[in-house]
Amino acid sequence: METTSEQVGAAGGNGPSLTREQFLSAYHDMLLIRRFEEKAGQLYGMGLIGGFCHLYIGQEAVVVGLQMCLKDGDKLITSYRDHGQMLVAGMTPRGVMAELTGRATGYSHGKGGSMHMFSREKNFYGGHGIVGAQVALGIGLAFANKYRGTDEVAVAYFGDGAAGQGQVYESFNLAALHKLPCIFVIENNKYGMGTAIERASASHDLYKNGEPWGIPGRQVDGMDVAAVHAAAAEAVAHCRAGKGPYILEMMTYRYRGHSMSDPAKYRTREEVDQVRKTRDPIEHVKHILLDAGVEEATLKAMETEIKAVVNDSAEFAQTSPEPDPSELYTDVVLEA
Amino acid sequence: MATEILMPALSPTMTEGKIARWLKKEGDMIAAGDVLAEIETDKATMEIEAIEEGILGRILIGEGVEGVAVNTPIAIVVEDGESVPDSVASQPAAPAPQAATAPQAPASTPAAPVLDTAPEPEREWGETREITVREALRDAMAAELRRDEDVFLLGEEVADYQGAYKISQGLLQEFGPKRVLDMPITEHGFTGMAVGAALTGLKPIVEFMTMNFAMQAIDHIINSAAKTLYMSGGQMGCPIVFRGPNGAAARVGAQHSQCYASWYGHVPGLKVVAPWSAADAKGLLRAAIRDPNPVIVLENEILYGQKFPCPVDEDFILPIGKAKIERAGTDVTIVAFSIAVGTALDAAAELAKQGIEAEVINLRSIRPLDTATIINSVKKTSRLVTVEEGWPFAGIGAEVAMQVIEHAFDWLDAPPVRVAGEDVPMPFAANLEKLALPQPEHVVKAVRSLI
Repeated sequence: METTSEQVGAAGGNGPSLTREQFLSAYHDMLLIRRFEEKAGQLYGMGLIGGFCHLYIGQEAVVVGLQMCLKDGDKLITSYRDHGQMLVAGMTPRGVMAELTGRATGYSHGKGGSMHMFSREKNFYGGHGIVGAQVALGIGLAFANKYRGTDEVAVAYFGDGAAGQGQVYESFNLAALHKLPCIFVIENNKYGMGTAIERASASHDLYKNGEPWGIPGRQVDGMDVAAVHAAAAEAVAHCRAGKGPYILEMMTYRYRGHSMSDPAKYRTREEVDQVRKTRDPIEHVKHILLDAGVEEATLKAMETEIKAVVNDSAEFAQTSPEPDPSELYTDVVLEA
Repeated sequence: MATEILMPALSPTMTEGKIARWLKKEGDMIAAGDVLAEIETDKATMEIEAIEEGILGRILIGEGVEGVAVNTPIAIVVEDGESVPDSVASQPAAPAPQAATAPQAPASTPAAPVLDTAPEPEREWGETREITVREALRDAMAAELRRDEDVFLLGEEVADYQGAYKISQGLLQEFGPKRVLDMPITEHGFTGMAVGAALTGLKPIVEFMTMNFAMQAIDHIINSAAKTLYMSGGQMGCPIVFRGPNGAAARVGAQHSQCYASWYGHVPGLKVVAPWSAADAKGLLRAAIRDPNPVIVLENEILYGQKFPCPVDEDFILPIGKAKIERAGTDVTIVAFSIAVGTALDAAAELAKQGIEAEVINLRSIRPLDTATIINSVKKTSRLVTVEEGWPFAGIGAEVAMQVIEHAFDWLDAPPVRVAGEDVPMPFAANLEKLALPQPEHVVKAVRSLI
């Protein structure tokens, strides 16, 4: 019988590593997210992004490693910490930044904002502001794949905080019962807002939380893109083969606050610095690439290009108009 | 190149803050991520970090200064070897969009669209046959399941059990387990699942054993189903039907006897229908299944077994958003929906004996509300009575009365009167339950008070 839960990555054994080209691509995508999020933080500070804004800085390896295993038609859904997922899904930095700033050129014409953004074209189903809602919606995406007879999978991202919601376990049951091709990715960044996982969950090994339903789970070093990729490849193969859902607990860390207005009194500066210095997912890949003989100048050029893309997105957002007042009443209902 | 560090906005409501402490001093090397200063905002004390590396060339605003406006330059960062300018003529911060600081001028706010079209005459569907509301609902689902492969039914006991109230009788046998699916008792989970499937374009019909249990799932109905089209800028509609018996059944007490018309009617992005007759049930449910939006179908358990004439035409369907004048009259307009239409008609029959001709409007649709039909009737009768089983406070009667006040105030000869369920949780005892629900005599009394 199959072992249902185990640890891989730094905590266990690494899976097959990535090629040099894959590492380069991962480095690019992670750096794009990092620089994009830093820019979003700056624009927030300038008052150009209002409301809530949850940055993905520190967690980049999770979505990048996952996305490398997906194909066209696979569906994504996540919480309000969603900018990274959108960028790896192929949504444009311009469209995302314009939405963050509430402009007409944003993905939702400025009517969704940071937490509520979607792309039908890129199979990105949000962007959800209610903690845990995306998990039940996510099994619905998987249900639709199965109903239509495709081998496409759905990836439902949620945090360690959301893992306490009742609907997550209703979703585990339904997904297992109907063998839905859904990968549950728990991004365990150790804190649900300001509450450490140990103070929020009596179950400390979230990857085991699907065991009562026979859902295989893996705990993965979410700061190691190769480990994420290896585990995700296994999960995706499992789902595509019609074997039902799969849980990946990604051990990760967010460097910034829960949202922009987080005084960070629940953890020490030293804890954050320690992770940054020793486990940073981008620095990790940078060292691998340099060791593999990639020129420092190549990486620098890549970074320059990314900065230009990010600056362009910020410029585009700031020079885009706000939505026309008539947009207030559009998209409420569709004509029957 | 020298760059300015600006006073950052650190919360959704912050407009100014205090520099509590500088952690770096002039001349210090700084790296990205280093904490530069502590800022007191309206909510908390927060750290600001350096974004780029460089040297802290000059501190422009010292420790302890309060009321520093967001975007004020507070320091200058220079590169190694660069001299420190007194100020930086770098690109000025783009001003925040006007809406963030000042409300839109009223003149530029467009008016909400008003539904005020003249009512069209109801289409004639020809031959009818007496069927129960239960049969009508099943026939509607069967017809749409045949018509569109993307339609499927899910809920508790809808398949093997043949429906807790036998609404889905025979559907599993005709359409198979792929399209008629039993769900475990897990409303929150399966409703979310159905909404997720609908966001991809499938067309689920979610049966709640009663609408009371939909409260377990109301977050998905409102936050996930009703709002996604808007939040996605029109990209992602949610073609889904939520249906089940609503309101009081008989002797099932407070938790199983409640009307949700007002709850769902409140929400932009939803459509809400409340059929009374078999024809209403069949025509409105078919329209709900075909509608590209989330539609709530509020049925009534007591009506399930009642027979009404229903058109036999295979294409029979009703438009959502159109009320029906069930009885024409000249002296008073009685507006009702669902089972209260029967109450209103019984009252109208009694009033006729007393020489008062009541016009009875069956709303059929709660949202959108057919305001035009109501207004046209009130302009004729000059009096309004609303009847509903739900609670009076912020109920549908309150909304109907307000619409009439807004659009036909000058035609009214008397204040509108609401007849509603009593403002109490539903009692169990038979006598108390009867007292809590609107009866025809209440309607008669209300009308008599106006004339």
